[in-house]
Amino acid sequence: MIDLQQLSVAHRQGYDLRTVVHDVSLSIEAGECFGLVGPSGCGKSSLLWVLAGLNPHWSGSMQLAGHQAAAGKTFTGDLRREVQMVFQDPYASLHPRHRLRRTLAEPLKLLKVKDIDDRISQGFRHVGLDPAMADRYPHQLSGGQRQRVAIVRALLLEPKVLLLDEPTSALDMSVQAEILNLLNDLKRQDNLTMVLVSHDPDVIDHMCDRAAHMANGRIIR
Amino acid sequence: MPTDNSPLIVANRLNISLDNGTSLVNNLSFSLGRERVALVGESGSGKSLTARSLMGLLSPALHIQARTLTIAGENTLTLSERRWSQLRGNTLAMVMQDPKYALNPTRTIGWQVEEPLKLHHKFSRAERRDKVIDMLDAVGLPHPTQLMDRYPHQLSGGMGQRVMLAIALITDPQFLIADEPTSALDHAMRDQVLALIRRLVEQRNMGLLLISHDLQQVADHCDRVMVMYKGELLDTLPAAELPRATHPYTRTLWSCRPSKATHGQPLPVLDRAALEAHREHD
Repeated sequence: MIDLQQLSVAHRQGYDLRTVVHDVSLSIEAGECFGLVGPSGCGKSSLLWVLAGLNPHWSGSMQLAGHQAAAGKTFTGDLRREVQMVFQDPYASLHPRHRLRRTLAEPLKLLKVKDIDDRISQGFRHVGLDPAMADRYPHQLSGGQRQRVAIVRALLLEPKVLLLDEPTSALDMSVQAEILNLLNDLKRQDNLTMVLVSHDPDVIDHMCDRAAHMANGRIIR
Repeated sequence: MPTDNSPLIVANRLNISLDNGTSLVNNLSFSLGRERVALVGESGSGKSLTARSLMGLLSPALHIQARTLTIAGENTLTLSERRWSQLRGNTLAMVMQDPKYALNPTRTIGWQVEEPLKLHHKFSRAERRDKVIDMLDAVGLPHPTQLMDRYPHQLSGGMGQRVMLAIALITDPQFLIADEPTSALDHAMRDQVLALIRRLVEQRNMGLLLISHDLQQVADHCDRVMVMYKGELLDTLPAAELPRATHPYTRTLWSCRPSKATHGQPLPVLDRAALEAHREHD
């Protein structure tokens, strides 16, 4: 599902590029939950951002959900909806001044999907939320509910690959358990491929079939 | 001055409510001595509010009522702002959750660690400087003299948390309140900072109230655990008894931590409906 060969990632720094991830080669099967662990600043999030198409400054070869991605270009076509990301801070994907329904409907309108409201209601029920909550603003939810909505947002586009950037590190231990259970259920039901980034080795051990440990921009094991 | 055995903080039927009568903390009774006590619960259970009420730092929009609330023998319900300030300098100290927000970005580390000494004690400039360097050294920060001229943004999260601890402890308080001191840190750092807090508190024979939502973490570092849910104290038990907790809420909080052993199984989650019913029943 995901195949990376000699992938390096750089960030713009003024006129220069600073390479933060060096020569990563990985391959991830369909339906697998793959973990990336490491201390803060080791490049695990940078790698995930490239997989999500949010950073074009990479080199090497990347194959995602059957498409060959080109370095230096933004994702196009089907690839855009087939790879979706859930951020650490759910506010990152929810507009603070739009009701949830409007935020969630936007990509569906663009894709000219017919039954948008039904899909949103169904998505909310899927993650154990009351569909009536779609008419609230993000700040009117608790942290755990907001993270569930961020997961709904990603799943509405029916992705093949779900990228998770520390999805539970801002949450309570008890809410974390609920979200991890939810992700496991979704993986089983929809045969999703997931890449999970976390600095908590316990979360990775619980969730992932295989994991890579990173340090200083390289995979060490 | 309380003797070693008498409690430093006594609260009896503590209530905190909003203007419109909504109760946020309900009939809390506890007493804290020179021991390590953990206050655990989910976010929104009122544990931070309780801690803030002990420091006299509640927002003016909140109303506090109690049969008694004494700190080091003083009735805090009728305390003047001036006396509160003295209490906060000499008896109580607090460490906040996130050093990024709690430290002043425009002042150097040295200035910020020195400030409580200026406000609460009469030392010469040189004495204060020595004390600051000793304190920074005691919290395990390298090169204290260079560090004094640094600004908060130049430090990592773990170092920032150590600086906050230095600020809290420099006036030699008798009681430390730590409000989720490790939630903003990454995993390897958490145990280090907690072990440091524990060591310093033991060395100085202080009391500690540690607020956390991670039961397994506090079990290693505390003597006693108080469990809160929706503003009420549900359960109080010795930390060593946690694996055998009888209350369903405590038991779930204890066992919901993921690990290698739980791979492929659903984690236990809270049955909130049953909890509500249980609460009504009580």
